[in-house]
Amino acid sequence: MNLSSATDRRSRSTTEPAWVRLTLTALALGYLAVFLLTPLVSVFYEALTKGFELYLAALVEPEAVEAVKLTLLTTVIAVPLNLVFGVAAAWAIAKFEFPGKQVLITLIDLPFSVSPVVAGLIYVLLFGAQGWLGPWLAAHDVKIIFAVPGIVLATVFVTFPFVARELIPLMQAQGTDEEQAARVLGASGWQTFWRVTLPNVKWGLLYGVILCTARAMGEFGAVSVVSGHIRGETNTIPLHVEILYNEYNFVGAFACASLLALTALLTLGLKSLVEWRASRPAAGRGHTELLARAAAEAKSPAQGKDKDDKGAPGHVLAETY
Amino acid sequence: MSIEIRNLRKTFGEFDVLKDLSLTVESGELLALLGPSGCGKTTLLRIIAGLETADAGQVLFHGEDATQRPVSERQVGFVFQHYALFRHMSVFDNVAFGLSVRPRASRPAKADIRERVMRLLKLVQLDWLADAYPDQLSGGQRQRIALARSLAVEPRVLLLDEPFGALDAKVRKDLRRWLRQLHDDIHLTSVFVTHDQEEALEVSDRVVVMNRGVIEQVGRPEEIYEHPASPFVTQFLGDVNLFHGRVGANHVEIGDYAHPLDGQAPAGKGEASVYIRPHDLEISREAGQALATGTIEHIHSVGPIVRVELRRQGSGELIDAALTRDDYQQLRLALGDTVYVRPRKLAVFLDEGANI
Repeated sequence: MNLSSATDRRSRSTTEPAWVRLTLTALALGYLAVFLLTPLVSVFYEALTKGFELYLAALVEPEAVEAVKLTLLTTVIAVPLNLVFGVAAAWAIAKFEFPGKQVLITLIDLPFSVSPVVAGLIYVLLFGAQGWLGPWLAAHDVKIIFAVPGIVLATVFVTFPFVARELIPLMQAQGTDEEQAARVLGASGWQTFWRVTLPNVKWGLLYGVILCTARAMGEFGAVSVVSGHIRGETNTIPLHVEILYNEYNFVGAFACASLLALTALLTLGLKSLVEWRASRPAAGRGHTELLARAAAEAKSPAQGKDKDDKGAPGHVLAETY
Repeated sequence: MSIEIRNLRKTFGEFDVLKDLSLTVESGELLALLGPSGCGKTTLLRIIAGLETADAGQVLFHGEDATQRPVSERQVGFVFQHYALFRHMSVFDNVAFGLSVRPRASRPAKADIRERVMRLLKLVQLDWLADAYPDQLSGGQRQRIALARSLAVEPRVLLLDEPFGALDAKVRKDLRRWLRQLHDDIHLTSVFVTHDQEEALEVSDRVVVMNRGVIEQVGRPEEIYEHPASPFVTQFLGDVNLFHGRVGANHVEIGDYAHPLDGQAPAGKGEASVYIRPHDLEISREAGQALATGTIEHIHSVGPIVRVELRRQGSGELIDAALTRDDYQQLRLALGDTVYVRPRKLAVFLDEGANI
């Protein structure tokens, strides 16, 4: 095979003229720059505009530290909860038939379709002082609204679909053949789940968890309704940013915002890494060995006769590089 | 180990998949479940494995009722149509899976597992692929790994669902022969499902022909091919010409032609359907005592058998005949020739209600 023809996929018959290509590319890049890149850069620019010391001071200020702590606490509670329930829901939906399945799928999507503010209001209506359970909670000295439990609840609600939504199509596409094979081979239900179902979706699961974490940290609307904005107590980072901004403390606001932006960048990096790992087939030990064997097999037709294209040396080569 | 199936019934919604089906699989035999898609053969196999539950009826393993036994305790080996290899595990781990999930008390030591897995991989001639992953294997290799995996748990019964269905023709033939060989070596009671009559007839000790949830015929391959028990079996096992005739005292009449029925005459008399395979039709240029007269419309002369299509005079229907290359050359057949056909062998079935 000619190497240059293999690497250069463009051909005159399937390509637009140069000016069309350049215009479209410039438009796309321009759009990205204006709507995505500029805001990101401006966050860091504004945060650092009065110097690095002020930036750092804004971050170690006690209320900011409390906000970071609360955000982390919320995330640490909400993500594992949604991980467990998301996996359970996806497993039930993808691998079993039961009445009410469609209703369950719709319920899982509810947090996506409902405005986060409404989600927050639901909890106020339920647990607030004037809410249905308010008097009972007050009598037993349990505080949910305008306190940490409310913030966690609202976050769990808003981030619920991420893991389940990521896993359902993946699990459905994989079918139940492998689980059945495991059962026939004598594996128990738990063994089948831990050793077959879960490893098959691990990259999708990680991807869901990353998205879920990012949203849990950045959630504003629902949390804003239930938090009560008590400084140093019920402010998460997004809420803290808003307060600082409203007080014209731009360096503080953007410094905290830069934390969220950094989280976002980190998330994107992790997400790309996960996607890259997931797209590689059966992660690799013994590839070089295989390569040698495949080559040997290709030479001996007696053994290689039932190999199709997929198993041919070219395939292994493509993977090794 | 023998398998006995008693009065099995299964419905999916309105649809009767299995209708009161009974069958015995002898110990050590290789049995084929043959039938068109939707005849219930795969459902039957899955019920034997315990992957599906019957609405009524029993499955007995070696005389022991296993109907209520969960799939993981039935000790069956099941090879899935699309192999269902664990995609995130190496070939070695796939084959070792059944042993490694055993409870600690009955689980072999690591070294024993390793030894047994390698022995099985050698048996399927793929020990050099132990570290490969399923997506690096060809279809035929996956199939053999799936087989090795199911044998690793030392099953008492081996069940295979369309084992060669997803492979190309050449590989299928090799693997077929290889499976027969393997069965002769290990003598494990085996049942496989197929819709390919050639496969069923070539590989198995006995064939069960199924149609619409009932068994049409059970027998050795040559028995079934030589003496099909119903029009369905006759038609399903290969190309066939259909004629209408009348059954008399000792013969069957098709138009003016009479064919003696010795020994295998159907009970009763009356209107009947007569089936003749293309290679059971003799073509000649002499008119005397012929079943039909026809003009040659097509000649397919590729391969050892020459197939000739005739347009029957009078009725205008097509007749398929097959003859050896020698006969073909002797007769010097050419398109447009008028020739005479007579059957060497035929299968007669009285039409429904005709023998009352």
